[in-house]
Amino acid sequence: MALITASDVSLGYDNHAIVKELNFEVNSGNYLCIVGENGSGKSTLMKTLLGLRSPLSGQIHFGDGLKANEIGYLPQQTVIQKDFPATVREIVLSGCQGRCGLRPFYNRQEKELADKNIERMGITGLKNRPYRELSGGQQQRVLLARALCATQKVLLLDEPVAGLDPNVTAGMYALIEKLNMEGITIIMISHDISAAIRYASHILHIGDRLFFGSKEEYLGSDAAKAFFVPYEGEGEMNYA
Amino acid sequence: MLDKILMYMQYPFVRYALIVGVLIALCSSLLGVTLVLKRFSFIGDGLSHVAFGAMAIAAVLNLTNKMIIILPVTIICAVLLLRTGQNTRIKGDAAIAMISVGALAFGYLLMNIFSTSSNLTGDVCSTLFGSTSILTLTGGEVWLCVVLSVAVVVVFILFYNKIFAVTFDEDFSRAVGTKAEAYNLLIAVVIAVIIVLAMNLVGSLLISALVIFPALSAMRLFCSFRMVTFFSAILSVICAFSGMMISILAGTPVGSTIVAVDVLAFAVCYVAGLFFGGSPA
Repeated sequence: MALITASDVSLGYDNHAIVKELNFEVNSGNYLCIVGENGSGKSTLMKTLLGLRSPLSGQIHFGDGLKANEIGYLPQQTVIQKDFPATVREIVLSGCQGRCGLRPFYNRQEKELADKNIERMGITGLKNRPYRELSGGQQQRVLLARALCATQKVLLLDEPVAGLDPNVTAGMYALIEKLNMEGITIIMISHDISAAIRYASHILHIGDRLFFGSKEEYLGSDAAKAFFVPYEGEGEMNYA
Repeated sequence: MLDKILMYMQYPFVRYALIVGVLIALCSSLLGVTLVLKRFSFIGDGLSHVAFGAMAIAAVLNLTNKMIIILPVTIICAVLLLRTGQNTRIKGDAAIAMISVGALAFGYLLMNIFSTSSNLTGDVCSTLFGSTSILTLTGGEVWLCVVLSVAVVVVFILFYNKIFAVTFDEDFSRAVGTKAEAYNLLIAVVIAVIIVLAMNLVGSLLISALVIFPALSAMRLFCSFRMVTFFSAILSVICAFSGMMISILAGTPVGSTIVAVDVLAFAVCYVAGLFFGGSPA
């Protein structure tokens, strides 16, 4: 059974649908890239997957014993976080909050998990450093370590390389690929179509035309052509 | 000078004032860090004006226990203001400004029209700047204050980790199943309680100073959330205590003296932050 199945999902605000009849499934170990223009509903889809909002219609199903709150989430950074006084370890540890329930304090197991994920991201040396003094790439690693504390199975990444320079971007992609090799399912929103094609196993394209399938299928599809060459494809668009 | 202090300590009202002042300072600084970071520095100001308006209503109705009206009204307004939904038509700062000046105007209007006191200006001034009310506390009020302060501290310690998580990243918290709305509500209620308590100490116009200055000072010097919270609590208590001592010895108004000491402490921390370690954030 698939890890996540979306059947006939419509997304939007106030009964105004942006995306209609979306169907896709994510299997364990997949690397799914969600691509599409600005305003096409990528972020809305992400919030729906996270359970922050409900779809207008249709259903999202979690299988293989995955619970809705077991998805690790790497959000885009907010203004508040820029000057937030907190150490790396405090932030990573907060990824364990879902495990606590109503228990007020973190137990030893959770602290060990946090330390393990800090090590996994290669930022052990920064453990007690203030978050606000780190570089953009280092901050993303901290937030990724936090997301790993919340999940063993699925990571949802919202434009993980936004605002990073090319070197750091490559490092970030390599890190994500390594996690995928270790068996973690990746769902990534991206503007970076070339990276999506390079790393992903599956592509979900949202926009005027919907597409879901493996990377190879995507490269031959109309959706991809229209996305790569948006102006030349206009004549064909009428048929879609 | 020591003699003078010892002499004043013999009066129960001075001891009451010191106990209550220190407790209020402790409570108000705890949530200050969260409020400053959530960009809600002005909420203390807004809520205290609401509390002023509520107090005017209570005075007009001639209630002996004004808390019955002040506390619920302030809590309701705090909940409304902290509902940070993206869909609200009026944004956070504008909503605070609206409620705050509106309540202030209506409060003064009510007090003026239905005045029962011969010294209206004095009454208003002491409510706004808390000039004497800290020294006229009754035993019952002191106990109420102690109980509420202990409750605030216990709630804060129990939910410290959750408050940190929700302040740092609300979306992430909700995604992993933390009920962020419930914690926002909790924060709102606790703030309202603190504001109402603090009105006795510094009056409604100066409360936000008590909430934000210790937090801002601590943020100059420390970089971990735990240390910032801890240090701001200690600093706030020290400032409140020394402010009250100065005001007793020098005969200055209590509220403004405490705030002046807070400002001074911030200046010291700011300069110290430039020289030692802290980051220029």
